[in-house]
This record gives sequence, C-alpha cells and structure tokens, in this order.
Amino acid sequence: MKRMKPVDAVIVGFGWTGAMMGLELAEAGLEVLALERGDYRDTSPDFSYPQIADELAYGIRGKLFQPLARETVTIRHAVNETAVPYRQYGSFLLGNNVGGAGTHWNGQHYRPSPEDLELHTHITQRYGAKFMPADMQIQDYGLSYDELEPFLEKFEYVCGTSGRAGNLGGQVQIGGNPFEGPRQHEYPNPPVADTYGAKLFADAARAVGFHPFPQPSSNASRPYTNPYGVRLGPCNLCGYCERFGCFMYSKASPQTTILPVLMRKPNFALRTNSHVLKVNLDSTGKRATGVTYVDAQGQQVEQPAELVIVAAFQMHNVRLLLLSGIGKPYDPASGSGVIGRNYAYQMMSGISVFFDKDVAINPFIAAGSGGTEIVDDFNSDHFDHGPHGFVGGGYIFGGQTGGRPIQQLMVPPGTPAWGAKWKQAARDSYLHTATVGTHGSVMAYRDRYLDLDPTYKDAFGQPLLRITFDWHDNEYKMTRFLSDRAQQIVDQMKPRQSSLTIRQPGDHYDIRQYQTTHTTGGVITGADPATSALNRYLQSWDVPNVFVTGASAFPQNIGYNPTGLIGGLTYWAAKAIRENYLKNPGPLVQA
Amino acid sequence: MSSQPPSRSRRDFIRHSLATVPALGLFGGAMIAPGRVSAAARQAYAPRYFNADEWAFVQAAVDRLIPADDTGPGALELGVAEFIDRQMDDAYGRGELWYMQGPFVPDAPATLGYQLRFTPRELYRAGIKAVEQWCRQQHNKGFAALAPEVRDQVLQQLEHGSISLEGVPAAAFFGQLLQNTKEGYFADPMYGGNRDMGSWKMIGFPGARADFADWIEQPGKVYPFGPVSIRGDKA
Repeated sequence: MKRMKPVDAVIVGFGWTGAMMGLELAEAGLEVLALERGDYRDTSPDFSYPQIADELAYGIRGKLFQPLARETVTIRHAVNETAVPYRQYGSFLLGNNVGGAGTHWNGQHYRPSPEDLELHTHITQRYGAKFMPADMQIQDYGLSYDELEPFLEKFEYVCGTSGRAGNLGGQVQIGGNPFEGPRQHEYPNPPVADTYGAKLFADAARAVGFHPFPQPSSNASRPYTNPYGVRLGPCNLCGYCERFGCFMYSKASPQTTILPVLMRKPNFALRTNSHVLKVNLDSTGKRATGVTYVDAQGQQVEQPAELVIVAAFQMHNVRLLLLSGIGKPYDPASGSGVIGRNYAYQMMSGISVFFDKDVAINPFIAAGSGGTEIVDDFNSDHFDHGPHGFVGGGYIFGGQTGGRPIQQLMVPPGTPAWGAKWKQAARDSYLHTATVGTHGSVMAYRDRYLDLDPTYKDAFGQPLLRITFDWHDNEYKMTRFLSDRAQQIVDQMKPRQSSLTIRQPGDHYDIRQYQTTHTTGGVITGADPATSALNRYLQSWDVPNVFVTGASAFPQNIGYNPTGLIGGLTYWAAKAIRENYLKNPGPLVQA
Repeated sequence: MSSQPPSRSRRDFIRHSLATVPALGLFGGAMIAPGRVSAAARQAYAPRYFNADEWAFVQAAVDRLIPADDTGPGALELGVAEFIDRQMDDAYGRGELWYMQGPFVPDAPATLGYQLRFTPRELYRAGIKAVEQWCRQQHNKGFAALAPEVRDQVLQQLEHGSISLEGVPAAAFFGQLLQNTKEGYFADPMYGGNRDMGSWKMIGFPGARADFADWIEQPGKVYPFGPVSIRGDKA
C-alpha cells in the first residue's frame, strides 16, 4: 500500500464541519490535510447562472447529491425485519463533493433552546421521570447553552445570518423569537423581507395570539463581509435554493464563507476523489494512526496523522466508526454499546393553502429560508407539555422556498393526478397557493439505531449502513398537536381551501416522500461512556485522538434545523482542541 | 447530461432576455391561446431508444395524461414524448443514478421505496409490452389505436393497479410514466419537452429568470414578465 507523508491532522469529509475544523486547526499552526471523496466545487463555474436554474438536473435528478449507485443505506422499520436499499432519493438528500450538503441546504439557521441540550434532566425535573415512555432513551449533551452560546454566535457571524434577536442578554426583544435562549449580540444582518405568503401567515398567527418572527436565515439580506474577510452578496429570492448551489454568493456554504481563506493557507491541503475506508488504530486499539483511503485511480493509500477529525455527514460518520472498530456497536436487545445508538429523525406536516385568483402569492419569489415567518410557541419546552402527554415539539412556518413546477406545484385535494382536470387545477392554483408547515422533533428510542447491513455493499465492497427506524406514539401526538395549531393559523388566513398532510398513528415511515435531511445520532455526546460515544468536546471516549463532528453527536433530535447547532458544537470542540488538547494530547474528560 | 446550455455571462443573458419581453396581462400567459405545434415538426424527431411500437404507445399515453384543450397545451404538442425518449438514452434512463445491486426484494413494503430490478428504460420496455398485450387481449387493438376515452380507462386501471400485467407491477409502471410526463411538461425546453415554454406560460412560472429582488417589496402584486429559458429564449 502507498504510504503518504504524515500530517498533524487529517479531516475526513470536506463539508461544513470539515471546512470549519480545517481553518481552526490550520490557524493553530498544524499541518492539516482534508480528504473529500467527491470533486472540487465552487460558485463559479459549478453553480453559475443560468445553468443552475435547472429544476430537472438539480431539483429532480439530484446533480449535487451523493450518487446512490455507488453508495447508499438500507432501511427497515423494525429490528426483526430485513432491510432493503434506499435505491432512489426520497426521504433525505445526502451530500457529495466539496461543501457537502452545505451547498444545497436552504440556510435555515437556528440555535437549540437551552433545555434541548439538557433534555433528560429538564423533563425529569419538570414532569417527572414517568412522563417519558419506558423505551424513550433521551439524554443530556453534557454541555449547557450558556457554554455553547459564543460558538453558536461565531457560526452565525461566519455565515452572515439574517434575523432579528428575540432575547438579548435576557431582555425579550419585540419582533424576534421571544422563546429563544439569551444571545449576547444581535444577528449580523437584518431579516430578509417577508414574501407575501409569509406576510399573510404572520398576520394570521398574530391574530390568533401566537408570536411570529422572521426565520433566521443564512441567506444574506445585504452585502456582508464575515470575520474571515469573505464577502457575501444579497439574496435575490431566485427560487432555486434547496437542492441547488447559490449563484449569488448569498447562501452561506463552505465556499461562500470559509474556503476562500482556508484554501490559501500554506499548511492546509485538500485531496479530492479520496474515499476513506477506515480510521487505522494501533495495536492497543486506543490510538488512531491515520486513515486508509482509495484514490481516484483506485489505489489504496495510507495517510498517517496524529489527529483524526471525522467530519462527514451524520450517517457516514457512524458507518466509518463501525468499519474502523472505534467504540462498541450498539445492541438494541441489551441497550448497551454506543456506536449507532439513538438514531433519530424529524416529523413534518404540511398544509397547502389555496387562495382565490385575486391573491397573487407568486410562489417562485422565494429564498431558501429568508422571507419565511416562524411561530416557535410550541417548540422545545416553550409550553406546558403536562396536559398533552408528549415530549418535544417544533416550529410552524409560513412561506415558500420556490415555485418550481415539477416538484412544488400543488393542486387542491380531490383533484385527479393527471388529465384535463389536473391541468386545469394546476393552472388555476399555481400562482395562488401558499405553504404552511410544521417541523418537529423526534426523540431517541431503544429500538431505533444504526448498524452495518449484513447483505448490501458499496462500490468498494464495504457494508452499507443499515437504518432501523419507524415512528413512535410520542411523535404522532406531537405532530397532531403542532398541526392543529398550524391549521388554526391557516383558517385565520381565510383561504378558499386548504389541505393538510400529516403522519397519523399506524402510518409507517415512508422513504418515498421527502421529509428532512436532518438525520441525527449514532455517535452521540454525553457525560457517561456507557451511553455516549463522545465526551462533551466531541472527542471519542475510546480513541482520544479521534473527534467526530456533525449531527451524529445529537443524543436525540431537536425541533429545529440542525446546522446552527452543528456549527456551534464544531467551534466549541475546535477551541478545546486548540487550547487544551494540543498542549496535552489525551482525554479532555476523564471517564 | 446529453445536452448542456451554452455558457453565457449573466449580464448578457439578462440584457438579451429582457430586451424583447412583452409585458403580459394578468398572471403571465394565462390568457394567451395555447400554441399548436404542427404534426410535421413533431414527426421530425426520430426516437433514440424506443422502437416504433413503443414510440406510438408513449405518444398516445402522454397525449391522455396531459391532453390538449382550451386550458393550455397538451404533453404531446410540447414534446414530452421526445423528452422521455431522450431521458431513456441518458444516465437516468440507464438506471445509473440509482442503487441497482441485488438482492432485489420486489415485494418489500411500498413505504420502503422502489425495489424492482428494472432500470427506467427497462421498466418502459417491459411495461409497454405488457400493456400492449393486455390491450390486444381485451380490446383487440394496440393502446395507440384505442379511442381517447378507452385509453383513459386503461391508464386509470394501471394507476390503481387494478389490472394485472405480465411480469410488471402496473402501478409502478404507471407511476414512472406519469412522473416523467410531468417532468417533460415542466422542465426547461432544452431537454426536448415544454416547447416554447408552453407549460410555464400556462401557469405563470417565469422559468429561469431567478431574480426577484425588486419584487419582494411588492407583496401580492402580480408578477408581469413571461418566462425565459436557460438558453435565453423568451416568451
């Protein structure tokens, strides 16, 4: 096997967290190498106008996504079933290439609520341990919101997030989210102006007594230079955001915020078309010696490194740790083991809101996240759950991310799927239909987890990751509660007609429908090595020179989009590495 | 992709496309009479993947899935059959975008997604053959020779899986056909369908304009410009 010159740090995967860690460690003076299995991608030429405005290529065929032909996952609903491959895109969209999913997200940029990070403790104290079903396996992160706040803010300033603070230093601010945790400073940019659908939603939400505010959005509302000196341009509401790269330099991505600085660092290098097969361990199994990857021509290459940062997408992080033998695989029968533990997802519902022809919604005037209004009254523990009998919650949103007709055209319920009646409904509804939806949490359960599939393999002959997941009663209750309140707002909007899509008790997880790409867990943080893979600094309990970034660290899912928390955790871990680990390499927390 | 738009700077593109865009009436092109493409123009396209019988089926099917009428253009006149044929000859049609390693479990729960061994082009080949066979048994004619109302009945039966085809799940074949028909109807014209942006004009979608900064401050006002395509055509 070819053996490369050793480096101080090797980073597996070059999306959001790989780029953040790359710059942090390069700034600390380390010789840093990032390995990305895909190609190099940049705003120009890869996302440039007009070819990016192609719904078929990007929105439907998924030009920016991981090619499933080479690697996918398998899915089953229960432990006693046989999993089958996720052969076509549906439920979630895996990233590929430099920038990863950070190029084709929408830019929803949230912080967790303070109680989200100490959920088990919080629920136990407020409602009692019996409030949680016996098989619910929620845990604390092992760090607090106050500790994380400066790092959540740092990521917002890197991204140029547009929004309005709802809580500055404990003082509730008019026009922001009154339920959010205290922030030390205002957002770096003001909110993007509301689209018409969002405005109608916000007016109605206020009228029924809720507290709408502009969605925090990493779609820049004005020209902005971030702390690294990288400049973003104002969003023009092009309507081609999620599933697309941004041709306006407006949507925060590694390319628009970090790479222009990082790629010029002499002590940083990137190798693309480098697919990491495993993290190598020494004979004790307690120390990583680097990684083995396959290069573009198919040759296996050994890359020695003192420090390994596993920074791929959530699912890939879990798989790489399983393939490498780092940490004990989780066993749902005994509830022991940590790698693959507490896989979670999110529970969505949606309402199509059909207006008469005198209401011009113009759905194609849309940003991925800017211009949308949010009601957060029913997320986290912002309300008394006692009478409702479930844990968790979510936000309600009003607004649209685009009017791309193959994917986003909606017709009233009862319309046939084709034929003259469908066509007429499509024509009559298109310009006059708004969207309201709910975005809810999913808790962790003993029987929901990730492991290696016994049958199916990837293009390199390695086992695929297997997902065992289905909904639990707690989430059906949550989504019904949230959707009823969303419907209250919709009714107040006084549309001609509306149509709710909701997952009801008995409905299985359906992988054919896009829901969210917010998959979490499998390599979670915590205070106890028996129930977590990582300590509070995202450091492996078992192999201390391995750190694992990303949503794989979430002990259960939140009701928010994950990227803000992912960024905050990464900068928090980077600081611990720079200030403590590098001076004295070893466990940052004693088990 | 088998076709790539010509590279062009954004500024040139916008200047080119705005210069001659007429201000349209209410809601884009809804009041404009649907254009009709001559049969001669349609026949000029020689299918790359489908054989003659398959080509007749695809044309006859898309013509019923989105028929031409006073509401707006039909799929056939917008070139949707050509679109589907071209897709069959692309990485997508060859199944190269999907994970296609076995073992296959075609009777897995529907909620776990597509589990057939067919690539899209194979699904069409097998599906059309089976439907043709069924039509000849039931109606003594091929699908394309059936009256429009009878074709609609057959499509409905396929949609609901209420007829049993030889070797192909009817609903899976129908789902593939309908999805690709809507893709061809609404995709950018450079892929062969949506000729003259006919579907975009009908619904009021401005296509590849992708620049609405001036319009966010005018909520609820009707957007007045017609569509542009990636190659810079305007309507």
